Amino acid sequence: MSTAVKTPQQLHTEFDVYRIREDFPVLAQQVHGKPLVYLDNAATTQKPLAVIDAISHYYRCDNSNIHRGVHALSERATEAYENARGAAQGFINAADRKEIIFLRGTTEAINLVAQTYGREHVGAGDEVLITAMEHHSNIVPWQILCKQKGAKLRVAPINDRGELVLEEFEKLLGPKTKLVAVSHLSNALGTINPIKQITRMAHERGIPVLVDGAQAAPRMPVDVQDLDCDFYAVSGHKMYAPTGIGFLYGKAALLEAMPPYQGGGDMIASVTFDKTVYNRLPYKFEAGTPNIADTIGLGAAIEYLNQLGLENIEPHEAELLAYATAEVQKIPGVEVVGTAREKAGVLSFVMGEIHPHDIGTILDSEGVAVRTGHHCAQPVMQRYGIPATVRASFGLYNTREEVDALVRGIRKVKEVMG
Amino acid sequence: MSELRELYQETILEHSRKPRNFGELPSASHKAEGYNPLCGDHYTIFVNLKDGAIDDIRFNGAGCAISKASASMMTQSLKGKTESEAEEIFSRFHDLVTGQQNGTDNLGKLAVFAGVSEFPLRVKCAALAWHALRAALRGDQQAISTE
Ligand SMILES: Cc1ncc(COP(=O)(O)O)c(C=O)c1O
Repeated sequence: MSTAVKTPQQLHTEFDVYRIREDFPVLAQQVHGKPLVYLDNAATTQKPLAVIDAISHYYRCDNSNIHRGVHALSERATEAYENARGAAQGFINAADRKEIIFLRGTTEAINLVAQTYGREHVGAGDEVLITAMEHHSNIVPWQILCKQKGAKLRVAPINDRGELVLEEFEKLLGPKTKLVAVSHLSNALGTINPIKQITRMAHERGIPVLVDGAQAAPRMPVDVQDLDCDFYAVSGHKMYAPTGIGFLYGKAALLEAMPPYQGGGDMIASVTFDKTVYNRLPYKFEAGTPNIADTIGLGAAIEYLNQLGLENIEPHEAELLAYATAEVQKIPGVEVVGTAREKAGVLSFVMGEIHPHDIGTILDSEGVAVRTGHHCAQPVMQRYGIPATVRASFGLYNTREEVDALVRGIRKVKEVMG
Repeated sequence: MSELRELYQETILEHSRKPRNFGELPSASHKAEGYNPLCGDHYTIFVNLKDGAIDDIRFNGAGCAISKASASMMTQSLKGKTESEAEEIFSRFHDLVTGQQNGTDNLGKLAVFAGVSEFPLRVKCAALAWHALRAALRGDQQAISTE
């Protein structure tokens, strides 16, 4: 055996990205005559065949309503749907499958908590604490709640690197704080927040913590019991599953005590005109016929991720991010926005006077898909005094060659814009 | 590449770097804001109307090269024009950037924006200042938005 130091590529030989790319039919195309380089994964990810096939199979063979029919199709559909719940439970290591509520995604999950737990526990003069790096989805539901209740939204600051200032965060935890809501991984900056420390600080004061896991779930192993968060919100479409499906994790004791979010079928045990008895968890929060097909697609995506292993995906993306960061910083005039020491998946940058929108158009002409704009995080842009950034965000199927294409594209920007 | 060169013509880049009639017009009789929430482009157009004609026109704000150059060249091309002439030029400019017009008759220097029609996502950028101008002339108080 050779004792030579292994290169990162050798270390991840079991993670054969070129083989894996074949699982994603959309990647094998040209745009504007150039191979597609898809670097907009923080907005949404592409779907593997396993997911596309699972949805197609469901509609071809098993389509039926769940939890109500006595016939074979309904039984198969129900089983596939509930298997997806088991997959989601395992994916984030929830203690019980009833702690997984299927919803449209992170946005709906946060709104649910705001309008159920929040409405019951946040009163006039109380406070909800968020951070300065949140997505609009983790700001606006709290603003609505605070307005309804006469409560106050407090915002913990970030430093110039884009890291949460923990001392300031801790100072803002007071007797009036009724809830903390914080992202696990910032979509605009890539910052990973120290969730365990945050939950410890909050719990010492009896305050529950909601974690926005939209960007973390596809990028790192998540263990909600280890994090000890009270709520965790996930979007399927950012983790290689279909759009329109995601889930909320909540500790059973909290979910049990919460009022329902919406009323309708499936969420009740019995109804008379005098009185309705709500169904048990998790069905209490799943009113109406759910998005069955996409939930099954989510189950397939989780299975796919389990096969590849997030413990392999995480270092692969970390290596791409490190390589991309080093390469773009070699280009004079490029400034990276968000340089947290704990960071993943996202490379935001600006180029002096050249507007991100122009950069995006020129990169697109080279086949490179990035996001430009404020990334639904306008307060982050305000923090840095910029209107927008260019954001390249990585997925499990991206390669070093694609980073090279991004870098060539950026050089092209300089050439065109002078 | 040639389509990109068509879009980012030297004249456009030059105007985006050194916009003309840039700044506030404190004496403006009309003004309006234009905002593109998608990319954050944000301009204010100031107009001084005198006897139905644009006596002076200025703008300030920030945005991409296309929107800024368009605003700059708009101010140049509209100075001295009547309201109805301005409407007419906007309508022809709009046809140009949306590819509904082949010729560039009467558009003068504005013809450099023909390349925008190959980039449908950028039409809003090219038209932003013009929509704001129209709002200003009509006396709309609300900031206009492209969304
Ligand atoms: C950090 C973060 N939170 C929340 C969301 C909202 O997710 P969705 O639109 O899937 O509900 C996003 C998506 O952009 C995100 O990146």
